[in-house]
Amino acid sequence: MKKKVVSLLLAASMMTVMLAGCGNSGSSDAGSGSVGTQEESSDADAAETETETNTDEGSDAAPAADASGAVYKIGAIGPATGGAAVYGIAVQNGADLAIKEINEAGGINGHMIEYNFQDDECDNEKSVNAYNTLKDWGMQMLVGSTTSGCSIAVSAESANDNLFQLTPSGSSVDCITNDNVFQVCFTDPNQGVGAAQYIGSNGVAEKVAVIYDSSDVYSSGIYEKFAGEAANQPFEIVSSEAFTADNKTDFSVQLQKAKDAGAELIFLPIYYTEASLILTQANAMGYEPEFFGCDGLDGILNVENFDTALAEGVMLLTPFAADAEDEATKAFVSAYEAAYGDTPNQFAADAYDAVYIIKAAIEKSGAAPEDSVSDICDKLKAAMTEISVDGLTGEAMSWEAGGAVNKEPKAMEIVNGNYALIQ
Amino acid sequence: MKGLKLSKNVKDNLITYGIVILAYLIMEIMIKTGHISSLLQGLLVPLCVYVILAVSLNLTVGILGELSLGHAGFMCVGAFAGAFFSRYMQDVIEVSLLRFVIAILIGALSAGIVGFLIGMPVLRLRGDYLAIVTLAFGEIIKNIINVLYVGKDANGLHFSTKDSMSLGLMEDGDVIINGAQGITGTPKDATFTIGIILIIITLVIVLNLIHSRDGRAIMSIRDNLIAAESVGINITKYKLMAFSVSAALAGMAGVLYSHNLSSLMATPKNFGYNMSIMILVFVVLGGIGNIRGSIISAVILTLLPELLRGLSNYRMLIYSIVLIVMMLFNWSPKLINLRKKYSLKRLLKKTGEVQ
Repeated sequence: MKKKVVSLLLAASMMTVMLAGCGNSGSSDAGSGSVGTQEESSDADAAETETETNTDEGSDAAPAADASGAVYKIGAIGPATGGAAVYGIAVQNGADLAIKEINEAGGINGHMIEYNFQDDECDNEKSVNAYNTLKDWGMQMLVGSTTSGCSIAVSAESANDNLFQLTPSGSSVDCITNDNVFQVCFTDPNQGVGAAQYIGSNGVAEKVAVIYDSSDVYSSGIYEKFAGEAANQPFEIVSSEAFTADNKTDFSVQLQKAKDAGAELIFLPIYYTEASLILTQANAMGYEPEFFGCDGLDGILNVENFDTALAEGVMLLTPFAADAEDEATKAFVSAYEAAYGDTPNQFAADAYDAVYIIKAAIEKSGAAPEDSVSDICDKLKAAMTEISVDGLTGEAMSWEAGGAVNKEPKAMEIVNGNYALIQ
Repeated sequence: MKGLKLSKNVKDNLITYGIVILAYLIMEIMIKTGHISSLLQGLLVPLCVYVILAVSLNLTVGILGELSLGHAGFMCVGAFAGAFFSRYMQDVIEVSLLRFVIAILIGALSAGIVGFLIGMPVLRLRGDYLAIVTLAFGEIIKNIINVLYVGKDANGLHFSTKDSMSLGLMEDGDVIINGAQGITGTPKDATFTIGIILIIITLVIVLNLIHSRDGRAIMSIRDNLIAAESVGINITKYKLMAFSVSAALAGMAGVLYSHNLSSLMATPKNFGYNMSIMILVFVVLGGIGNIRGSIISAVILTLLPELLRGLSNYRMLIYSIVLIVMMLFNWSPKLINLRKKYSLKRLLKKTGEVQ
């Protein structure tokens, strides 16, 4: 009997400890938020000392403004750990850089921006958890999620709360089914159709093979639209072979099939890591078709142990290339490299643009930081269809109420180890 | 003597139910009075999912004594079966509760049947074959779903394993399962209350099974297979019973999972090997064969990485350290001795003696 009482007591005490832990989470969130901002400010300091730009005034002005007035709170979500961490960290840094620049220049309408990034491990469920964490922190606008699946899961929640969401790189059409969600990157259909039209109208090839990742939303999404549009174009898809995330190191079978079918061009709607392997293996088997990719190929020149000579002549439709020669890209790349010691990829540029798009929308609509989340969302939704933003990933970007972006895809070719715009 | 023993079981079970109901009441009060963060509120349904998974896996690992490494695979079957039904019937059955209940039944049934089919050949063998086969099953089911395309239009259902265009849908067609893109737009029917009801149903099934004649037969297989066989216990039958029930409950958890998120994809992250191992970790750290321990460890280990978010990327490091420490605390012989020496029970006894 005594044993029972004791075990009951133990269980009860365990429950109270647990629930106390849960109960605290509300109040401790404020603490964690401030940890985040402290980190940022130390990050900011480090970045400023590295870039050595009028550090004293900048860092003094920022906290003063923080303390005095209301601030905009922008949250971001992406995978900072796990296999897709490259993309999440790029988004984290890209948004961070833009926010620091805006804060140094005096904020939006005189109000500073606070920034908080949460990891979602590229898992839909964790992404919703990250979103809820940001909501507890007081987020007013969301830059995220980084990947399509997570964006879809989060958009259901943000629509429920009527919170403004701008996904930098969630490219699936399902991301923007709710009217509070907008995209910075192209939608998958846009890329697939764009690539097919480009190949067709420029007569690049007549027999095309496709190698895509059937377990990836981005890749299979582009492939489907590409294949759909190919029916209307003067070329023929002679082989379409898939691989999956579990089996992505050996592509000799897919390449052999493409070769046997006599394909002159291989369309690669995949990410650059696998593409670099495909290029190497095609070279090893003495097969030299042309390669054509989408924005996922951006970054192929920085793959370790990859002979960049093999990438010569690869064409890709991408909104951003780190080696581009225009002023805005150059400034962004050098600031990014100084702050984070890494060459920015397309995801970083998308996130950087996303923050400036939010800034433009706020300035247009006059949404104040004191407004409720829902009011801000309504104002920004209306403003999004009216603004036009020149960013790194496109000029004169504009949006429909549906949430998809209008911008011109740029066709690039790799020449002498550099991206060159094809006119 | 017999009566006393029975009532001890009943009491023990009542404590387990009591903990769940108490937790539910406290959470409901906190929600009603608004003393709850959105993070925790969003975590309530996933917590129910993981508790059900841990309890159901404990049936296989702890009570039957067989190692299963594909529990996430059964969850995946249930999740997709349930979500498919809900998407298909979204316009036909308007009452969300009715639709959800049918979806749960379908998810549990399909996972149970798959579990039965897998168990039938494998459970006749002795040794670790179940671990190998379930491990393979978990990977296979994920890849099958990733190439499965199902759509509906006025002519009915269309299937394909190539891509969504070869479904040949009409204009008004709707692709329900879109290969790697999974099922999007599942109605969000899962609520905390339903989750708790499902936990209680799981507990009723598992605890009653354990304390029934069949349950004792199952445990006798675990403890001594030859002895069990010699007294005439049909080994395959009882093994299959425990394993299929465990799979069906995992399917039920899957349905709950899929109706909590608007996009469902079979990725290595949510239905892969790692998830199966994670559920196994809940079971092992909670105590193999200890149902209440599974509940508690599932709750703690699900909450922990989320509550540590304030520590940014260090949280993963701390989470794994906590796992190691918990493992040592639970299973290291030295620590078990130490715990016995300084246990609360003993201290209470001592003070009782002094008085």
